[in-house]
Amino acid sequence: MSTGNTTRSDRAALYGYLVAFDKVDELLVAAAAVRDAGYTRWDAHTPFVIHGLDVAMGVKKTVLPYIVFLAGLTGAAAGILLQWWTNAVDYPFLISGKPLFSLPANIPVAFETTILFAAISALVGMLALNGLPQLSHPLFSNRSFKRVTDDRFFISIEAQDPLFEVAKTRELLESVSDQPVEEIEELS
Amino acid sequence: MQGNALDITTETRHLDGVLRPALIVCGVLATIGIGGSLLLAKGSEGGMDHLLETYLVSFAFFLSISLGALFFVLLQHCTRAGWSVVVRRVAEALAGNVWLMAVLAIPVVLGMDHLYHWTDAAAAAHDPLLAGKLGFLNPSFFIVRLIAYFIIWGVMASFLHRTSIAQDKSGDPGLTLRMERFSAPGMVLFALSLNFAAFDLLMSLDPHWFSTIFGVYYFAASVVAFLAVMPKILYGLQTRGILKNAVTVEHYHDFGKLLFGFTVFWAYIAFSQYMLIWYANLPEETEWFLKRQTGEWTTVSLILIFGHFVVPFLLLVSRFIKRRPLLLALTGGYVALTCWVDIYWLVIPEFSPGVARFGLLDILCLLGMNGVFSAAVLFRLSRHSVIAEKDPRLEESLAFENA
Repeated sequence: MSTGNTTRSDRAALYGYLVAFDKVDELLVAAAAVRDAGYTRWDAHTPFVIHGLDVAMGVKKTVLPYIVFLAGLTGAAAGILLQWWTNAVDYPFLISGKPLFSLPANIPVAFETTILFAAISALVGMLALNGLPQLSHPLFSNRSFKRVTDDRFFISIEAQDPLFEVAKTRELLESVSDQPVEEIEELS
Repeated sequence: MQGNALDITTETRHLDGVLRPALIVCGVLATIGIGGSLLLAKGSEGGMDHLLETYLVSFAFFLSISLGALFFVLLQHCTRAGWSVVVRRVAEALAGNVWLMAVLAIPVVLGMDHLYHWTDAAAAAHDPLLAGKLGFLNPSFFIVRLIAYFIIWGVMASFLHRTSIAQDKSGDPGLTLRMERFSAPGMVLFALSLNFAAFDLLMSLDPHWFSTIFGVYYFAASVVAFLAVMPKILYGLQTRGILKNAVTVEHYHDFGKLLFGFTVFWAYIAFSQYMLIWYANLPEETEWFLKRQTGEWTTVSLILIFGHFVVPFLLLVSRFIKRRPLLLALTGGYVALTCWVDIYWLVIPEFSPGVARFGLLDILCLLGMNGVFSAAVLFRLSRHSVIAEKDPRLEESLAFENA
């Protein structure tokens, strides 16, 4: 549809290319090809979890576990501090003859605050690392992309990718899929 | 959706050449262990009593591995698990060892008079608490119960093993359904029998004391012990060329995750038991922990908290060790040792308050039983393929990947 005479600035900016696949195996092969070509700003879109896709895409290990672990430690410390301060320092309160600050009694609360901090940081950290929440996305304007929640698998490569070249990237995607490569426009 | 299943037509699935040297090692271990501990016990005053006590520790420890394995096999059928099919035969062989444990229970029964204070009728006459429990805690009913437990466990383990082996030949998927239908009610029976066995074998060492969570504690210890030895066994088989391709790093990873989870579960149960007793502060309950918090046993208690919980927690929390078979096998071996210390801590303070008299006798007894136990597992494994050949979920297990 685009001819050599039209320049990019005539139309909305290009977000990237999108291509569809019918089968998981095709997607995995294509993902490996895109990975090997060295692209970094691209994604695979599927209706369900596909084992082995992470490897095929070359997804790096997430830092989320470390965030959660640190948050958990913080939670444990916070729980202990809270009980120490409220029960033993600020308002000393003697319960059934136990020492004012006794660890066994504090463990259930510390356990709960550990879980609370870890769980909240897992959720918030996951959202932040994924750049969520996002009100819309350029891909949502594509009609065929709607089947991503049903029975189609997709790969999109962003124009922002340092390796992205209009012709070369299109060629790569055409070589891995027998379906047409579609242009996706940036949100206006 | 899974990746492509591995082709395992050329996989080594029989122990063949490995069996003989392994059995010789086990035989040597058993001979040194049994002979050495008997010699050592005969030579010292009260030695036979000490041997009997440490025998109960090792007995309860190896029983816990078998019961953990039985639980694992039941659980895989209950949940229709796909990932574990390729390792299930090994677990079945471990579970089958409950028959061996039934034989090894004989010394415990013969030594009952020394091990269990409640067998003493004269003591019961002066002790209203013992007299009140006489209807349950008496030698003949104890023996009847032990026989019942071992029959329940043995029949379940044999049924699951035999049916799976029958499937190797017939390939009938109906057999899988049959094992699944069997496993759900089997799990209920397992839970009840394990609880009562823990009460009988370990909790009744102090017949005055009671803790309703004690059975769950032994259950947690069992599952941890099984999950700890499993990577070690798989690694041992793989370095000898067996199951080399079929068992992948993904299966190790899952054992690592389960071991991590059940280590936390063990700590959770241990603490639940401790905290309620500590908080209520009732003399008839606290005496049990008091024994384990005085003298040298304080150190053993601390070793358990750090060695059996904190260290394994930190080791297994990241993916690093879980995805490295050798490291996971080593970690598992270490955790298994702490499981043994855990049972030592349950049993020995009853006989040796204040003094954690750990010594050569304990090591020899553990080694000896290890030799016998391992030989029985190897023998059971050698008689059939180590893969559940025609299980309908074998493909799924071979292609398994952690998300």
